[in-house]
Amino acid sequence: MPEIMDRIKEANRAVTTGIDDSAVKHWVTVYIMGKGYRVPADITIMQAMEYAGYRFVRGAGCRAGFCGACATVYRTAGDWRLKTALACQTRVEDGMFLVQIPFTPAEKPAYDIEEEPADGTPLLKYFPEVARCVACNTCTKACPQDLEVMDYIQAALRGDLAAVAELSFDCIQCGLCAMRCPAEITHYHVAQLARRLYGRTLPVPKHVLDRVEEIESGKYEDEFEKLLSMSREELEELYRKEQREKGGLNSRDASRVTRNGQGER
Amino acid sequence: MAALGYELAELPRWNCCGTVYSLATDDLMRHLGPVRNLVRVQDLGETRLVTLCAMCYNTLARSSRFVGADPERLERINAFMDDEADYRGGVEVVHLLELLRDEVTFEAIEAKVERPLDGLKVAPYYGCMLLRPREVGIDDPDSPGVLEALLSALGAEPVDFPQKAECCGAYQTVSSPEIARARVGEIVSAARWAGAELIATSCPLCTYNLEHHQVEREERETRHASPVTRHEIPILYFTQLLALALGVSEDKLGFAGLKFDPRPLLSDRELV
Repeated sequence: MPEIMDRIKEANRAVTTGIDDSAVKHWVTVYIMGKGYRVPADITIMQAMEYAGYRFVRGAGCRAGFCGACATVYRTAGDWRLKTALACQTRVEDGMFLVQIPFTPAEKPAYDIEEEPADGTPLLKYFPEVARCVACNTCTKACPQDLEVMDYIQAALRGDLAAVAELSFDCIQCGLCAMRCPAEITHYHVAQLARRLYGRTLPVPKHVLDRVEEIESGKYEDEFEKLLSMSREELEELYRKEQREKGGLNSRDASRVTRNGQGER
Repeated sequence: MAALGYELAELPRWNCCGTVYSLATDDLMRHLGPVRNLVRVQDLGETRLVTLCAMCYNTLARSSRFVGADPERLERINAFMDDEADYRGGVEVVHLLELLRDEVTFEAIEAKVERPLDGLKVAPYYGCMLLRPREVGIDDPDSPGVLEALLSALGAEPVDFPQKAECCGAYQTVSSPEIARARVGEIVSAARWAGAELIATSCPLCTYNLEHHQVEREERETRHASPVTRHEIPILYFTQLLALALGVSEDKLGFAGLKFDPRPLLSDRELV
C-alpha cells in the first residue's frame, strides 16, 4: 500500500503543483471528446483533463467524491459499453474515451414540504413517471455510489418512504441515473423528496434544537462579523494557519489555495 | 394462511411486474420486470411464486411462458440483465386461489371453518386476469367455478350472475373513467338483481373499480332515483371472507379501509 500511495502522491503532484514531465514515468493516451492526449498514468480523469488544458469552472467541486459535480461518461478500449463514474474518483486508462456531464437538465418540481402529507403519495404526485419503471436496472448500473437505485424507485412506487430514504441515503445527486433512464425518471429528485418527507416523520434531535437556539441567540455573530470584515490575504493566512494546526491538509494543499485564490471551483 | 398451516414468505427484493402484460413481441424491455422477479425466486432456491393479485399473476405467468417458449428471447434478456444470475426458467407462478384449491384443498378449508358464513349471499366476481387468456387461466374462462367452490366451503351461498367474468374497465379507470363507471354499473346491478349482499373479488384493480365507481354511481343516482336503489353493496377480497370464516380476529380483516362497511351486514348475521 505505501508504494501505491507514494505513486498517487507523485502523480498528483504533477497536476497540483505544475507538471514536471521528466518526473512522469508512465504515460497513457486518452481521448477527450474524441481528441487524443498523452497524459501521466495513475491520475484521475479530472486531473487528466486539466493536464490536457481544460479548466473547470463548472462540473467540479470537492474533488473527493462527495459533491457529485463531476459526472463523467467513458468507454474503455475494446469495450462497447458506455460506463459512468465521477471524474475525480476514477483513474485514467490507456485508450479511454471521455466526456464530462457537468449538469443534468432534469425537471425539478417545486413543492412546499410542509404542505405535503408525510407518506408516499407526494412521490407519485410530483413524479408520476416513477410508474413507468420497467425494472431494467440501468440506473443501478450507472450509479457511481453503487446504490440500489432501481430498488429505491420500486420502493417509491410502493410508497415506502423509509426504504427509499434508507437505500438512497448516500446519493450525491450527480444525475447519472436520470441521464441513463429509458423511462425518464429523475431518480435523485424522487429520493430527495422521499428523504425530506421521511425526515418529517422523525423526531428532531436535541442537538439540532440546541444548535438552532445558539444561532438564534447570536452566539456566532461576532465570529461571523470578524470573518466578513477580513481582507482576502488575511482570510488566506487564517486558513493556512487553521490547516497547519489541524494537520488536516499538508502544506502543499495550503499553498495551492494561495496560488488559486478559492481553489479551482 | 397460518390458520391453514401454511406460511407465505415475501420476496426480500422484488419489483413491479409492470401490471399489464406486454403484447409487443419484439419489445423485450417490458419483460425485464417480470423475469427479474422470477430470478429473485430462483436466487432463493425456490421454484414457486404465489401472487395474491390477479394482474401480477397474469403478467408473471405469461412472461414466464413467453421467455420459456423461445430460448433466444431468454438469452437476450439474460444478456441484458448481466447484473443478475441467468434465469434458467422453471419458476411456477401460482395464484393464491390455485394454491387453496389444488394444494390446501377446499375440503381441508371447510374442516377448519370456525365461523361458517351461513346464509350470506355472495356474488363471486372474477374479472379477466385470472381467466384469460385460456393458457394461463386458472379456471374455465366462460364458466368459472373456483370462487363458488371456495365460498361454499366457507358456508356462504354463492350467487351466480351473468357478469361475473366480464371486464370491470380495468386501467381505463385512469384515462377514461366513464368506461369503468359503465362497466361497474352493469356488474353491480346484475349482482344485486341476482340477490347478492356482498361481492367477492380476486383482483385489486377490480376491487378498486367496483368500490370507487360504485360510489360515484350512487352519488349520481341519489339525485334522481328513489332511495330504494341506494343500498350499497360491500366489495370484499376473497381472502377477507376466508379469514373471517377461519376465525381470524376482526382487527386483521381490514374492514375499516373499505368504502362500504360490511360490518352492519355481518353483525346482523352474527359473524362479527
